[in-house]
Parts: sequence; structure tokens; C-alpha cells
Amino acid sequence: MIDLWDGVVQALRLVAGLDATLTDIALRSLQVTLSALGIACLIAFPLAALLAVRRFRWRRTVIAVLNALMGLPPVVVGLVVYVLLSRSGPFGVLGLLFTPTAMIIAQVIIIVPLIASIAHQSLRDLWHDYHDLLISMNVTQGQKLRTLMWDARRALLTAALAGFGRGIGEVGAIMIVGGNIDNATRVMTTAIALETGRGDFALALALGFILIVMTVAINLAVHTLGRTEREGRW
Amino acid sequence: MVSALFPLIVTRAETRRGGKVLVGPVDLTLEGAGCTVVIGPNGAGKTSLLRLLHGIARCHAGRIEWQVDAAAARRAQSFVFQRPVMLRRSVAQNLAYPLAIRHTPRAEIAARVARWAEAVGLTAMLDRPAPVLSGGEQQKLALARALITEPELVFLDEPCASLDGRATREIEAILTRVAAAGTRLILTTHDMGQARRLADHVVFLHAGRVFETASAARFFDAPATPEARAFLKGDIVE
Repeated sequence: MIDLWDGVVQALRLVAGLDATLTDIALRSLQVTLSALGIACLIAFPLAALLAVRRFRWRRTVIAVLNALMGLPPVVVGLVVYVLLSRSGPFGVLGLLFTPTAMIIAQVIIIVPLIASIAHQSLRDLWHDYHDLLISMNVTQGQKLRTLMWDARRALLTAALAGFGRGIGEVGAIMIVGGNIDNATRVMTTAIALETGRGDFALALALGFILIVMTVAINLAVHTLGRTEREGRW
Repeated sequence: MVSALFPLIVTRAETRRGGKVLVGPVDLTLEGAGCTVVIGPNGAGKTSLLRLLHGIARCHAGRIEWQVDAAAARRAQSFVFQRPVMLRRSVAQNLAYPLAIRHTPRAEIAARVARWAEAVGLTAMLDRPAPVLSGGEQQKLALARALITEPELVFLDEPCASLDGRATREIEAILTRVAAAGTRLILTTHDMGQARRLADHVVFLHAGRVFETASAARFFDAPATPEARAFLKGDIVE
């Protein structure tokens, strides 16, 4: 109980003092996760829309695999990315291991199935409603995908926030491919893991509280900017 | 004005779902002016026939021949569904959508949206989300959205089903206006009063087949088949 209280006090102290290390770690966390989220959305949204609209032979299998990959163990993803990016791996020449780019790659792999699966559910329902209308209007395949993604934008925002939540809280994969290097690849979650290992529970808790506040604040900001609770019933 | 799409010649056309024939084989020739009303008992295949002619339902057998190529024919048509499908956008954006996908210039879109919103009495609601409109308003919006591209032919599947008398009268007034302006209409209805008010020609459908086609006056005065006579008398048609 004392540790928890100490954590809260230390978190307030760190935030109030605009601690340079904390700011650096927090900004890197956001940079890595938001970059991964942006790339993941660019992949996941069109993929989800395509799976909703197109009928092809292995469609059900692809959807099942995508749903199964939502539970992809991050440590395994980290390990696979590590092997691919290590000096002896096929992409070793790029020198990406232990860089924020490697962390972004790992996070993209982890959150694409999650975002695509959630987005697919919404887009499939919307396509069910729109199917006859869009067919009767002779819209092209590209127009169909754009219409679905635009009209389901609030549901897609929710999918993206779920992806953000998974990404910002992820530790296993980015610890392996990032290496938790101070001033280079240390982010909130890996810093928490490090301080816990060192026995500095107060600092670890402080970082944890700040991470939670940061995540909630970003979710609230996106909901407010996206006006998800206004503008009619969708 | 006679549409260049017509005469529409349907030869032994048939559509199926899950191996079951929904409508057909249908033999039908439709000329290019006026309003054709498709009537028949529940489950006769009225909606399926409209979907088949428009191309939403696949033609599994037989032929549907327009006087222009299929792509041009599709571009010259629009469809109003029994349950209006509203895009999750504002009224104005719903009206603009069919024009936007045809790459119509923005100024032209704005002018047509304003004109059609006024024509169906939705000018005051242009910024409202379409899905929150009442049933009658949604159907008027769906009709305006179908007409905004100035199609030569409009299919309407029970456009006034579940609407009250006032909304039905407003929709019928719009349909009468556009038909007078030369737009070809093919619609289904359960409402014999509406069929009498709007129809120039009647197609009587029963059990997925066309039993009778005739001018409205002839059909309502002297139906040729026992099934049509029974239907008009309100008897159960078997």
C-alpha cells in the first residue's frame, strides 16, 4: 500500500518537475506506438474492407487466421523479428535491430490482426446494409472500399484505439528487438520492467500511472476530436 | 419522350437463390414510355423481377436485352428500395453521392442537390444525418437520390410501403411529375389504389411467372386471366 502511495507521489513529482528522462521515454513510447498504429491502420483498414466486400476462395480461412492472430504472443513476434533483423538474418544488412524502427515493425505485426479483425466486423455489417444500394449505383471496387471505410469511420476509430492500447502496453516484443537501451530504445513499458527488476517499485509504479494517464488521455482526446458521441446515431 | 433503352426484351429469364427459382422463366417486352406497375400476390416474385431486370440479381437463364450495351443501360437506371438504404452521412451528402461517384463537377453537384432537396421538401434538413430522418423523409430522400442523376429508367420496389397517407401522396406526386417529364418508371405495389393512380401498363405476376401484361385501363376493366380476376376481386390466388 505504501509502495502504491509512493508511486503516486513520485509520479506527480516527475510530471510536475517535467523530468527530462521521463519526457524522453514518454515521447519515444508515443513515437513508436503512433508510428506503428499509422502503418497498421494503412494495412488493416483496406484489408478489412476488402475481406468484407470481395468473395474469393480462401476468404473464410483468411478471416479465421486473422482472428486467430489477434492472440499472437508478442514474445514470439519479437523473437521472429529479432531473427529476421539480426546480423545473420535476411534483413541484417539494414542494421535495424535495437532501433525504434525494429520496435515499430514488431508492433505493426502485433496490432494489424487486431485492428483488421475489429474493423472487419463493422465493415461486414455495413456492407450487408449497403450491398444492394452500391451495386445498383454501379460503384467501382475502389469506391466501394472508400465508401465503407468513410461511413464506418467511427467504428474504425475504435479499432485503431484498440490497436493503440495493445501497442502502447506491449513489452515482450519491443524488449527483444529494441533492447531497452537508455536514450535510444527505452520506452515506458520496458522502463517499468527494468525498474521493477531493480527493485525500485515506486519509480516503476510512477511510470505505470503515467502510462495509464497518457493512454486514457489519448483515448479521450481522440473520442472528443472524432465526436463519437455526437452527430446522430452512428 | 421515349427512352433509348427500350424496348426491353426479356426472354425466358430466370433468377435463383440456393437452387430455388425466385422468378422465371419470364417472357416480357416493355416499351419506353410511362409507368409500368408490377402487381401480384405476396411471394409472386415482384421484387425479384425488379432486381433481375436491374441487374442486382443474377440472370441464371434466358436473356435480358436493352437497346444499348449493358453498361450504358446500368448507368441510365436507378433503383429505390422498399426499405430505404441511407448512407451514414448527411442528407446533402446522400444526395451528392451518386453524382460524386460519377465525377460530376462540385458546382454542378451543389446546384442539383439544392434543386432536388427543394423538389422533395428536404431543404431544411440538408445538414441532418440521413439515418435519423422519419420513414417518409427517408423514402423521399431515397427517391431524390435515385432521380438526381437524371436516369432514363427508375425501378421502385414498393416505394410507399409502410408510409402514411400524406407521405404516400407526396411520393406519388413526385413520381407523377417525373413520369410526365419523360422518366420511365417500373414499380411494384401492393396497393391497388396506387396501381390504378400511377399505372399506364400493368404486369401481373403470380408464382414467379408473368400471367398477364396489358394497359392499365384494360387490365383493371377486363383482366384476361382467371388468376388476375381473382386477385383484383381480393380472392386468394392459388
